[in-house]
Amino acid sequence: MRYSYYPGCTLKTRAKELDRYARLSAAALGAELEELPEWQCCGAVYPMAKDEIATRLSAVRALMSARDLGTTLVTVCSACHNVLKRANEDLKADENFRTKVNNYVAPEVPYAGEAKVIHYLEMLRDEIGFDAVKEKVVNSFKGKKIAAYYGCLLLRPGKVMAFDDPENPRVIEDFIASIGATPVLYGQRNECCGAYVTLEDKAQAQKSARRILDSAKAAGAEMIVTACPLCMYNLTANAPEGAVPVKYFTELLAEALGVKEVQA
Amino acid sequence: MSGHVNLKDTVLEISGVNPRKCMQCGKCSGTCPAYGEMEYHPHQFVTMVDRGQIEKLMASPSLYRCLACMACLERCPRGVEPAKLVEAVRLLVIRQQGQNHMTGDDIPEKLDPELPQQAIVAALRKYGK
Repeated sequence: MRYSYYPGCTLKTRAKELDRYARLSAAALGAELEELPEWQCCGAVYPMAKDEIATRLSAVRALMSARDLGTTLVTVCSACHNVLKRANEDLKADENFRTKVNNYVAPEVPYAGEAKVIHYLEMLRDEIGFDAVKEKVVNSFKGKKIAAYYGCLLLRPGKVMAFDDPENPRVIEDFIASIGATPVLYGQRNECCGAYVTLEDKAQAQKSARRILDSAKAAGAEMIVTACPLCMYNLTANAPEGAVPVKYFTELLAEALGVKEVQA
Repeated sequence: MSGHVNLKDTVLEISGVNPRKCMQCGKCSGTCPAYGEMEYHPHQFVTMVDRGQIEKLMASPSLYRCLACMACLERCPRGVEPAKLVEAVRLLVIRQQGQNHMTGDDIPEKLDPELPQQAIVAALRKYGK
């Protein structure tokens, strides 16, 4: 199965391993990720004001590009995923926004949200299937207690993202089980890591990180997995001492599939 | 801001929020991860917008504490979407000339080797224009 792929700025820089393991694992699972020929940073945060048009355009260009390629667009970074999916839903639902975007970008074929945007985890769940993942596992994480960290961007707003139950998600737990490990549930798994506020007030971000990490530790987690480089940063760089270690889910997937050391 | 602009109308227009739907149950504030950092908590924010106390909100550091995590928006039983009001009031401030809360010049001293690019882009988007 072929997909178009939007890595985003951070997967090309600080989170190269998140990208590398995503590509290696997809190849091992028979999914071909074709990077969009030209893409710009998604903008990192979804602009909520209705009159913000220009700040949503880079996301729109990626969506148009995926539409032109005719393949489902896969993202790995939670933030890119949030921005791309919400901008795409805006194009479907908001006629004023759609008209302005098409007038400004003037694509050969007008765009009205035809691209399909999914997260890599949705690809694993809905397209490849966790049973198929399980069959390809060569290094099982059996006996390892792993906690899923969803944060906010994968899940919310639930109606727009339509990713999983926003209050009781299970896709990452199902992923954890598929690589042989035991998922650990804890209260703070879908609360915010502190996000960009780390640049405004580091102490606030440290408080958020501590709440989450303490909650996972109290539930007996030996490791936490995330999909988001900013969550990774807050849960490691802003963590208290002795906190539960955090890994990208793609790293565990690549290790489970035995492709972690493959040189792409 | 100049007196001829109705600030409340602008906030309602760009946020698309109707604060009159709020029943002051406080669930948004109860679930807000930045609650302890805010001078005006999300449910108060909604009331203050409805009362037209926009200039008070514009002067508050609470505007820069919201994480845009959408917890208040997701969990509001009335679909009020407080985060959109916070964003709209913040935009009223930073869209004014010289009122960026953070600019590119502020970034170098905040950098550390692990900081992801998305954090910088996100902060500049939220705190500046």
